[in-house]
Amino acid sequence: MHCDHVLLEVRSLVRLNVNVSFELHRGECITLQGASGSGKTLILRAIADLDPSDGTVTLDGAMRESMPAPVWRRQVTFVAAEPGWWADTVRQHFAAWDEALPLVKELGLPSSSAEWNIQRLSTGERQRLGLVRALVLGSRVLLLDEPTSGLDADATAAAEAMIAKRVKAGTGVIWVTHDADQARRVASRRFTIKNGRMTEERT
Amino acid sequence: MTYIRLDYSDLLLPALLVVMIGICSIALQLRLERQLAIATVRMVAQLALVGYVLTFLFAAVSPLWTALAAILMVLFASQEIGVRQKRPLRGGWSYVLGAACTLMASATVTTFALLTQLRPDPWYNPRYALPLLGMILGNTMTGISLGLDVLTNGLVRDRAAVEARLALGDSRYHALLPVTRDALRSGLMPTVNAMAAMGLVSLPGMMTGQILAGVEPVDAVKYQLLVMFLIAGGTGLGTLVAVVGGTYRLTDRRHRLRLDRLGPET
Repeated sequence: MHCDHVLLEVRSLVRLNVNVSFELHRGECITLQGASGSGKTLILRAIADLDPSDGTVTLDGAMRESMPAPVWRRQVTFVAAEPGWWADTVRQHFAAWDEALPLVKELGLPSSSAEWNIQRLSTGERQRLGLVRALVLGSRVLLLDEPTSGLDADATAAAEAMIAKRVKAGTGVIWVTHDADQARRVASRRFTIKNGRMTEERT
Repeated sequence: MTYIRLDYSDLLLPALLVVMIGICSIALQLRLERQLAIATVRMVAQLALVGYVLTFLFAAVSPLWTALAAILMVLFASQEIGVRQKRPLRGGWSYVLGAACTLMASATVTTFALLTQLRPDPWYNPRYALPLLGMILGNTMTGISLGLDVLTNGLVRDRAAVEARLALGDSRYHALLPVTRDALRSGLMPTVNAMAAMGLVSLPGMMTGQILAGVEPVDAVKYQLLVMFLIAGGTGLGTLVAVVGGTYRLTDRRHRLRLDRLGPET
C-alpha cells in the first residue's frame, strides 16, 4: 500500500519516561497500542510539538525546529481523543464549512449540524467533528489518538474508510487504539509501547 | 480653607460601629470576629504609622526618601498580587510580573500627571507624588491581580480548547485570545464600573475627603476627575502588560501551552 519514501522520521524522541525511534512512510498507517498510561498520547503530542521533548523529528528530511511550530502542526496534525472547542456552534470551528460538509456527511452527520451548539454534542459527534476539523487541513501526517473510541460500529467503519482514503492518497497516519482488531484492519505495521519502549508486533 | 479637626478620641464613638459588627458576628456565629478584630487593629496601626511617615516625608521633600517610599509601596502591591493568585506562576514570577507591571504603569502615569498637570515644585514633591501614586497603585494592583487570576484559571479550565487550536496550527496569540480577552475585561471592569457609578451611586473617598477638608466641591471634582483618568490609564496599562506578560510566560517560542509553569492551587 505504502511507498518506501520516508515521510516522518523520529529518532530518540524522549518525553518523560518514553524513548522511541521509528520511521513512517508516505501512504502508511501504523498503530500504537499499549496499556493506559504507557505513553501513547505522550508520543503523539511530542511529535506534534505540543510538549517539550528531546530527540529529532523530521518531515521529508526537514527538521521540526527548522519551521515555525504552527506551520509544523498544520502538516503534522494531532487529533485528541476528546477534542477541545472554543466557540458556541459547530460552524464557528471551521474556517470553511463548505469544504468540511462532504466529510461531515460521510461520517453520518447532517448539514444542519453546522448550527448545533457544542454543549449539546454527544461524545461521538464531538469525535467525528474533531476528526473532520483536522482532515480539512490536508496535513501530511495525522496523529490520531483513539479517534473512534466513542463511535458505534457504523460510524467507526465510516471513519476508518475516510482515513484509509487519505492514506491511499499519501498521508501518513499514526493511530493510537486499544482495539486489536481495528489495529489489524487499518495498519500496515503495528507497534506496542511497554516500559517506555516501542516494539513492532510481528505476526 | 477651614476644616473640622478630629482628635483620636473623636474616633472612639465611630469605632463602636465595628464593635457592633463583631457582636453580630458572635451572635450569628459568623466566626468573623477574630478577623475583624485583627483587620481593625492593623488598619489603625498602619494608618497611624503612615500619618507619621507622611509627615516626615512631606517635611523632608527629599527625592531619595520619596523614591524609597514609592518602591516600598510597589513591593507591598506586588506581594498582594502574588498572594491573591489562586494558581501563582512558579518561581516567584507572579511577584516579579506584578512588581514590574505595577511599577511601570503607576510610575509612568504618576510622573505624567506630576510633569504635565500638577507641576508641583519640586516635581517629585511627596505631598502630591505619594498620595497620587497610592491611589493609582491600589487600583492598578487590583486590575493586575484580577487579570492574572482570570488568565491562569481560564487557561487551566480551557486547556483542551487552547491546545485544540494550537494542534490545528493556530499561533499562541490566536489560541489564547479568548482567555486573554476575558482576563483583560476582568482586570478593567472594576475601574469601568467605578467610573460609571461615580457621582450617582458613590461619592469617591478622595473627593469627599477634600470637601470635608474645606475644598470647594467644584475644585474637588476636578481633582477627582484627574485622579480617575490617571487610575483608568494606570490600570489599563498595568493590566495589559501583566496579562500579555502572563500569556508569554505560560507559552513558549514553539507555541506550546506551558501550564507546568503554574504552581499548585492555593
